[in-house]
Amino acid sequence: MSGKRLQPPAVLVLAVLACVCAATARANEDRTAPLVMQEVAAGIYVHAGVHEEPAAANRGDVANIGFIVGERCVAVIDTGASLAVGQSLRAAVRAVTPLAVCFVINTHVHPDHILGNAAFREDHPTFVGHAKLPAAMAAKGPIYQRALVREIGSAAEGSDLIAPGQTVVERSELDLGGRILELRAWRTAHTDNDLTVFDRATGTLWLSDLLFAERIPVLDGSIRGWLAAIAELSALPARHVVPGHGSLNLPWPQALAPQQVYLATLAADIRRALTEGQTLARTVETAAAAERGKWLLFDKYNRRNAAAAYAELEWE
Amino acid sequence: MNATVRVFLACTVLMTGALAQAEARKVSPEETAAIETSEIWAKIRTQLFGQRKIDPNGDSLIEFDIPVRAEDAAIVPVSLRTRMTATPERFVSKLYLIIDKNPSPISAVFSFTPESGRADIETRVRVEQYTPIRAIAELNTGELYMVARFMKASGGCSAPAGKDAEAALANLGKMRLRVDREVRLNEPNLAQLMISHPNTSGLAMDQASRLYAPAYYVRSVAVSYGGKPVFSADVDFSISENPHFRFYFLPQAPGELKAEVVDTRDKSFVARLAVGERSAPAATDAR
Repeated sequence: MSGKRLQPPAVLVLAVLACVCAATARANEDRTAPLVMQEVAAGIYVHAGVHEEPAAANRGDVANIGFIVGERCVAVIDTGASLAVGQSLRAAVRAVTPLAVCFVINTHVHPDHILGNAAFREDHPTFVGHAKLPAAMAAKGPIYQRALVREIGSAAEGSDLIAPGQTVVERSELDLGGRILELRAWRTAHTDNDLTVFDRATGTLWLSDLLFAERIPVLDGSIRGWLAAIAELSALPARHVVPGHGSLNLPWPQALAPQQVYLATLAADIRRALTEGQTLARTVETAAAAERGKWLLFDKYNRRNAAAAYAELEWE
Repeated sequence: MNATVRVFLACTVLMTGALAQAEARKVSPEETAAIETSEIWAKIRTQLFGQRKIDPNGDSLIEFDIPVRAEDAAIVPVSLRTRMTATPERFVSKLYLIIDKNPSPISAVFSFTPESGRADIETRVRVEQYTPIRAIAELNTGELYMVARFMKASGGCSAPAGKDAEAALANLGKMRLRVDREVRLNEPNLAQLMISHPNTSGLAMDQASRLYAPAYYVRSVAVSYGGKPVFSADVDFSISENPHFRFYFLPQAPGELKAEVVDTRDKSFVARLAVGERSAPAATDAR
């Protein structure tokens, strides 16, 4: 703080006033205002989240989420980080089609993708996820809900976890009427519960967080597993891809390259540090330093990724 | 709860967050207050130390190295180094690690002997929320010294739970005991113990059954050299999945470094490493 310091009571009064104003404004803000969507392929609508950490100002609108419209009904894919974002996504569905939402697909456990689930409760859809999603929700969900309140405040209200009613062990299909979605459950990569969606009609591969663009990838599964998944993914034919974070018109499979380089660099740096007997605490300060400058939010996540990778690779 | 109360509560949370963000590196007055007025600590203090005097300025004795923020809530490195030359008359016999806001705050109690050479320890812990975290050194003379810090929790998708529950169980009980440098007799040598174990808290509720999975974690570690204890730890699920410890031992003759681990299902695991006159770096894997 510069200049004359405000006395604590004055700070408190100002802060409370500012908060009350903000809260009033937020309450008046129309949660039914639809999210801005891009139709990336016929009947496939995606909202691009901002490259920021969840905060009150963005309501947690930081991930790519959207929906696919069939002849019979709609499948929503991920619901955002809060009930508020989920409600705005629901409004976006309503603006496009009167068809019912029959499925809500959760691509993985991370809160920026699924804490908006409750917005669709009244549609009585089938919630769909990886076979390991329920366990991950149980282990991490309450922590995520507390963190959301810390991060976005009152906008977190009503944000809830809804466990999947249908899970995918390896592969499965969903029929939206004249439109088949192929679901695939991956082995541990970004997380231990990553699910991808392939729309046969348009050749659109919804990768969610198995692909990060522009924003630094977050490792919460297995670095070796993710690198293996990238190799497998790159062989899949797709006309369009939807990353969990980043631009919506990425060239395929070239879009995988920056993420592959980041993870491979991180793994190589950590293996070298392990050979040299370097501790975890010191390794996280230097690993993948060559990648700084290539990614948004690098300093927010690189040390964390390095810690996760170190704890995995030290057992090799 | 009416709307005004809700708004006020949310605001309190917002303001707390804003204040915490304001000073990234320095300890803020709020953090100092959190450290000094912690009710949890008051209880633990009485439970562990009664009315004994604790010197709150333990920095001269303990170097306590932790990150400002728990970047990955599941793997937070903690390093404790004692700045004192141990003698049989005066040495650090115990180091306590307390994480006030964790579900089980008394996270670890490490015990040392003159055979440790150095009462230094590195491990990794889980950190649930914004919390004071403190280290207390107990000397064989009964003196107590404390160093306290404040740690910010990670946000977003970071959680204290493990990353691959199935893999953690599949590798249960695998151990690795190693020394990275040539072992020298009559001086402290660094050793490393890795234990593959899910070390779960039992705080995760199954969404379908609404039942909690039972806690399952490593509760004790005992390391000896030539049959004499050098280092032991009473620990719980505040320690990260796959518990990891770096510690010292002071060999006076060739012998065997042996680590014995017991978990909450009374399963025990043992790893041994032979140490010669001038042993090269070595590692053994045990299952």
